[in-house]
Formats: sequence, C-alpha cells, structure tokens
Amino acid sequence: MDDDAVFRALADPSRRLLLDLLFERDGRTLGELDAELEMTRFGVMKHLRVLEEAGLVVTRRRGREKLHFLNAVPIRQIHDRWIDKYTERMVSALLDLKDELEGTA
Amino acid sequence: MSTITETTVQVYQVFIKASPEQIWEAIVDPTFTTKYFYGARITVTPERRSTTSPDGAESWGEGPVFEFDPPRRLVHQWQSLYDPDLADEEPSRVTWEIEPQDGGVCKLTLVHDQLEASPKTAASVSGAGWMFVLSGLKTLLETGESLS
Repeated sequence: MDDDAVFRALADPSRRLLLDLLFERDGRTLGELDAELEMTRFGVMKHLRVLEEAGLVVTRRRGREKLHFLNAVPIRQIHDRWIDKYTERMVSALLDLKDELEGTA
Repeated sequence: MSTITETTVQVYQVFIKASPEQIWEAIVDPTFTTKYFYGARITVTPERRSTTSPDGAESWGEGPVFEFDPPRRLVHQWQSLYDPDLADEEPSRVTWEIEPQDGGVCKLTLVHDQLEASPKTAASVSGAGWMFVLSGLKTLLETGESLS
C-alpha cells in the first residue's frame, strides 16, 4: 500500500472522525455516517472516497446497501514501519504519563 | 437502525505484490501457513479445512469448506478450537477474495462474518489477530521471510 495515500487520508479531521465512527460501529451506510457529520452528503462521499483509495475503508454490498468497513491494516503497516521501529517504547511511556496526568489511566 | 453488523462482520484488506496463484498457495498449503499463521499447519481441500499444531501432533480444528475457487475465492467455516473458551461458541465463516490489480499486485480481502453468536471469537480475532496473519502473509510473499 502507498504510505503517502494513507498519510494524506489521515491528515484531515473529518476523515479521522469517519474512521473513529467506523471503529465504534463498523459496516455503516453513507446515510448513517452522513447523519454524524455536519457536512453535505457530497462532502462525506468525497472523504469516504479518499479513505477508500488509501485502503482505510473497504465497501461491501449487502442487498441494495453499500456498507463501509474500517480496514486498519494500512494503519498497522504504518505503525510497524514508522512507530515500532523508532519510538514505540518512548511513545508508550509518554502516553502512560499523559494518561496519568490527565487522570484517564 | 441497523445494528446487525456491529462486530459481527469484520473486513480486512491488504495489497500484496504476488500472483493470485502464489497467494492461493500460501493460504491452502501447510508449508506456507506455518510461517505466518501462528505456526499452524493448515491444509485446505475442496471439502475440508484442517489445522494442526506446528509439529502436526495436535488438532487445532477442522471444518467444512463452502466455496473453493482457486485462485480467486475461498469460503470456510471458522472455529477457534485453540482456546477452550472460544471453542464452545458457534462456528462462524471466513471468506478470502483475491483480486488481481495493475502492476503485479493483488488485492486480498478477508471477511470474517456470521459472528452473531460468537462474541468472544469476534473479539479475539479482531484487531491484531487477523492483521498479524495478513501482514505476515504479505511479508512472506514479498520478501520470503517470516515476521518475527
């Protein structure tokens, strides 16, 4: 998969929100996703297309519905390539610290 | 409101630089599966899919194959017999689809569904579970090496 496409797709708050929505509940229609964003349906469609081209969203048909599924494999690959290798221990220590300071641990 | 797909259908997709035939072989041949599928020896025939421990001594499960269409599509039953907690749950279903793309690359899509009655299995295979298998398969086919 093309790392550039994944980074580009992730570099937008609406698209990250769409991924989070699918993480919470996978396999949603455009209409269901559309209802969660303050944006035109056309705008949501455009963002979903960018996510699909980056491989982060996979669509499947169920009858007449087109369902959108989160595909986290490209994020995993970015993680393996860019996080694991350089900074995993440091990042996890910092996240622990952040959780502790913010009282979410 | 549709909630039926909540965690009961999981979809994973990965692009692999290999031919459909190579990918198919890696899915159905135990000499390949030991290198990326948690060491499991998996044998798939048009009728059955059977899994054993790496040394072949212990059965990790066996189930029917619903569709066997090399090198494009394989559908088989899934039961997690490697864990007693999961083994008691209802069988679910796994579909592998191999679609050739431009440039010697294939799109491999894995759908794990019919998990409605198997929440523990669904949680166990989701996230890192299938991703580890698919990443390992990709690495094996593209570099000839196993993921450590």
